[in-house]
Amino acid sequence: MTIPTSSIDQVIPGEGAMAQPDTAPAAKAKRQRLRFVANGKAATGLIMLAIYCVLAIIGPWIAPYDPDARSNDLLAPPSAAHWFGTTHLGQDVLSQILVGTRGVMLVGLTAGLVATVLSVLIGVTAGFLGGAFDEALSALSNVFLVIPALPLIIIVASSFTTAGDVVVALTIGFTSWAWGARVLRAQTLSLRRRDYVEASRATGESTWRIILFEILPNLTAIIASGFVGTVIFAVMSEITLAFIGISSISSWNWGTILFWAQSQQALAQGAWWWFVPAGLAIALLGTALSLINFGIDEFVSPRLRSSGKSKVKTASGQTVRMRVGFTPVLASRPVRATQVARSYPAAPVSNGKVNGAHVAPRKEEVK
Amino acid sequence: MKYLLQRIAFYLFTAWAALTLNFVIPRMIPGDPVKSMISRFQGQMDPDAIESLYVLFGIDKQAGIWDQYVDYWGQLFRGDLGLSFTSFPSPVSEVIGTSVWWTVLLVGITTALSFAIGTGLGVLAGWRRGSWIDGLLPATTFLSSVPYFWLGLVAIALLAGPGSFFPSSGGYEPGLVPAFDQYFIPSAIQHSLLPAFTILISSVSGWILSMRNMMVTVAAEDYITVAHAKGLPERRVALSYAARNALLPNVSGFALSLGFIVGGTLLVEIVFSYPGLGYLLFRAVGAKDYPLMQGIFLVITISVLLANLLADVVYMLLDPRTRKEG
Amino acid sequence: MTGQPVLEIRNLDVDYGLGDQAVHAVREVNLTLHRGEVLGLAGESGSGKSTLAYGLTRLLPPPGVISGGEVIYHPPGGEPYDVLGLSDRELRAFRWAETAIVFQGAMNSLNPVHKISTQLTDVIKAHQPNLSAAARTARAREMLRLVGISPDRMESYPHQLSGGMRQRVMIGMALALEPQVVIMDEPTTALDVVMQRQILGQLIELRERLGFSVIFITHDLSLLVEFSDRIAIMYGGRIVEEAPAETLYRDPMHPYSQGLLGSFPALRGPRRELAGIPGSPPDLRAMPTGCSFHPRCPKAFEPCPARLPILGQPDAPTGGGRTVACWLHPARVPVG
Ligand SMILES: Nc1ncnc2c1ncn2[C@@H]1O[C@H](COP(=O)(O)OP(=O)(O)OP(=O)(O)O)[C@@H](O)[C@H]1O
Ligand SMILES: [Mg+2]
Repeated sequence: MTIPTSSIDQVIPGEGAMAQPDTAPAAKAKRQRLRFVANGKAATGLIMLAIYCVLAIIGPWIAPYDPDARSNDLLAPPSAAHWFGTTHLGQDVLSQILVGTRGVMLVGLTAGLVATVLSVLIGVTAGFLGGAFDEALSALSNVFLVIPALPLIIIVASSFTTAGDVVVALTIGFTSWAWGARVLRAQTLSLRRRDYVEASRATGESTWRIILFEILPNLTAIIASGFVGTVIFAVMSEITLAFIGISSISSWNWGTILFWAQSQQALAQGAWWWFVPAGLAIALLGTALSLINFGIDEFVSPRLRSSGKSKVKTASGQTVRMRVGFTPVLASRPVRATQVARSYPAAPVSNGKVNGAHVAPRKEEVK
Repeated sequence: MKYLLQRIAFYLFTAWAALTLNFVIPRMIPGDPVKSMISRFQGQMDPDAIESLYVLFGIDKQAGIWDQYVDYWGQLFRGDLGLSFTSFPSPVSEVIGTSVWWTVLLVGITTALSFAIGTGLGVLAGWRRGSWIDGLLPATTFLSSVPYFWLGLVAIALLAGPGSFFPSSGGYEPGLVPAFDQYFIPSAIQHSLLPAFTILISSVSGWILSMRNMMVTVAAEDYITVAHAKGLPERRVALSYAARNALLPNVSGFALSLGFIVGGTLLVEIVFSYPGLGYLLFRAVGAKDYPLMQGIFLVITISVLLANLLADVVYMLLDPRTRKEG
Repeated sequence: MTGQPVLEIRNLDVDYGLGDQAVHAVREVNLTLHRGEVLGLAGESGSGKSTLAYGLTRLLPPPGVISGGEVIYHPPGGEPYDVLGLSDRELRAFRWAETAIVFQGAMNSLNPVHKISTQLTDVIKAHQPNLSAAARTARAREMLRLVGISPDRMESYPHQLSGGMRQRVMIGMALALEPQVVIMDEPTTALDVVMQRQILGQLIELRERLGFSVIFITHDLSLLVEFSDRIAIMYGGRIVEEAPAETLYRDPMHPYSQGLLGSFPALRGPRRELAGIPGSPPDLRAMPTGCSFHPRCPKAFEPCPARLPILGQPDAPTGGGRTVACWLHPARVPVG
């Protein structure tokens, strides 16, 4: 549904240009974590995500109505009584959205967690152990990668008589770990060849100790980014399943709202309030997660970061953006045109080699 | 060539895995829904059709699992995917056959177009960082977070409706007969505009972003500095050196995310009641038409695999390192 | 032919970053390259050699900026001009036609998706648009032959060539437009010793034939002593000593040069003790006051931590034709 846009996903480390995550000592790592939070994109995303989490917890309590309760205000547009309007049965759309948040977040996070655990297990094991293990596990994840996920999820979920939240979360989790596994495998491969890992292997440290203490800490950013990416995918899939009526429609989630809106011809009746809020809620959640991922991306590969000040005033009086290929010459550069035309004595030559004293003109320099 | 053969072997393996998955899933869960369906149509089905559904869904528990598996494959090779319940008594293969071209054309063309446009804009955004395209990025992030189908709903609400140029549903004017003539083709195109636009809008930003990031990464490579040092024209450095290399990971990314994209585009069909596989799948799900669902899954998987193979061939043409050493 | 300056670097300052965060990677460098000479540039890793070389033609990637100085180019039989003052279009025309660069790590200098022929001819096309395609190809083949590669490798892709061949292709490419100056940044570090000498020997031969000047950058002082006419030593972004190759080899004045020379075994003559330099290169963000070498200098004395020594002609009997920045050899000629 969403294309994985993270550059971490796109660039497989070890196969192409890839900024390696910093392997920094603890103090520096702390400073970097702070820098991650200070990153505008990541901070915005985290704040938005926090709001969603709070709503997931308190949503059912602050909902003004019972989302199932019918009223006489059938298909009413937004008003003071019903901020987001009502459905064809007079149910309050705002309450449905608020109550639905919990299910969406729970399923998204659970599926993301399942997929992340699987991708770490499979990707890191494959990358670290290598050999036949690697071949088999890579083939497995590549198979899962090319099989279209959503139809597979639909097939699996619809095989259950009633697909509750747990079934949906597990189905999504078990089918969407392959991206993460692939990226993690490649990164583990390149980490494995690093000196300090080779060194611990040479000193006979156990495989699991090396994986836990040497490899995993350096994969944090990639694992986090994979988790966030999977949550995006899981939320989308879950809502899709509800929208096409596969998961049980007895519990509320944003997809269920859209399902009813679609099946009751909300569009034809001009009831835009019925489907717009749910869509915006999804889109904003997706945006929040994407922003977090951009933050992680820029954190991992500094090239993507737009460095603080990128415009400079050049000697020719223009303001230019820094770019590859034409290093700016700063405006403050002292230019002494008179020297250009000055002629210089040729250096004396002996034995074909230059022996002449070369005394270049230079600035006064007494400090 | 060796590379291509490897890829083909991999896709054959994947196809085998998908088909086997298709065999296993109904056997892991109670086959009751199919059984009840069959018994509902008991009188109207000829014994052969019942037999083939038994084989497909493993209701015939008498036979050993291995015999079932062999029978299953035998049936697939005959192109027998069972009977559809919703369009009873049409065979699944026939029902899918009429829908698949709608999807292939709509999704194929728009996905390729979206990739081309997104990559182009990504090249610009990555080469001239901080230009107006960078300003578009937040908006495109938002758009790529919107589910395709919801964007479709909004598009219908805003642009379609009575009196509008854009029809809100269907693949062609009701009443027309599908044919390659001057009545049908324009109508089909007119009906596909809004779904195509929806897919384009929601998928293009992903390509912009990934191409932009690849351009930024590639711009720091040594050969780009060399190209600048050679005093080549800016266009040549940007296109023939930077973009040409940045394209490679984007093409393999394209192949890998096809599976994701197809899922999203199927939903657009549902919203627009577009007569393709997605809409068919939607109806099959609603009617619990298991044979049809399974058949659609197989067809989609095979199509995605073929598209992947195509992307691999393109990649091979683009990257001399994968070609056989000459 | 030698003796006339072809490239003069004056007071060149290069920073990475802007304002307070700027790292001064090259400071007030003055250096003159004469026509037909090979000028060696040596120094530890991180001393700013590459930064200086790429800064000359504004090839540093962001956040690099040139914060001061001039680079005066003397075209043969023309008026000298400041390369840093050229417009982008002029600079593009200047690059490769007048100064070509063989980059550090020439392994990645070739575009992996284009054939060697394409990469050799596109630069000719960009600078000599009137030349016919056939003439361009002929020229490209000639360049390959010149660096000892069979012209039927023209249709190869970079990954089909060995490291040494790629290096030669880059050198051939650098000479394609017969530039006046060729900057070679550690062109041979990835190669084995035999191959290194072979390629450099070839280059020197070509120089005698074609008459270009070379700025030759390397860690390997033994190569420099063998192949260059003059050597400049860099430390912490500054030139600390500059002298004819023989002089520098026999009688290095700056303790840092002495240390550098001590870190490799003598080529010929009496064996010297392998000393090396204790300590590590300075952190550009926190440069020591005074002479930046003083914390590592075995001969540091009272003025070293306090005041910056000036690069000038030393007041010593052997001081002719060389400059050094060290309080042990205070400048005889006050320069400025
Ligand atoms: N992008 C950058 N940002 C900040 N500092 C940089 C950057 N690039 C280089 N430097 C610093 O500039 C200094 C000079 O680097 P330079 O590459 O010129 O050294 P060098 O003498 O060529 O070393 P080597 O022999 O290893 O090639 C180094 O100390 C380096 O840390
Ligand atoms: Mg260097």
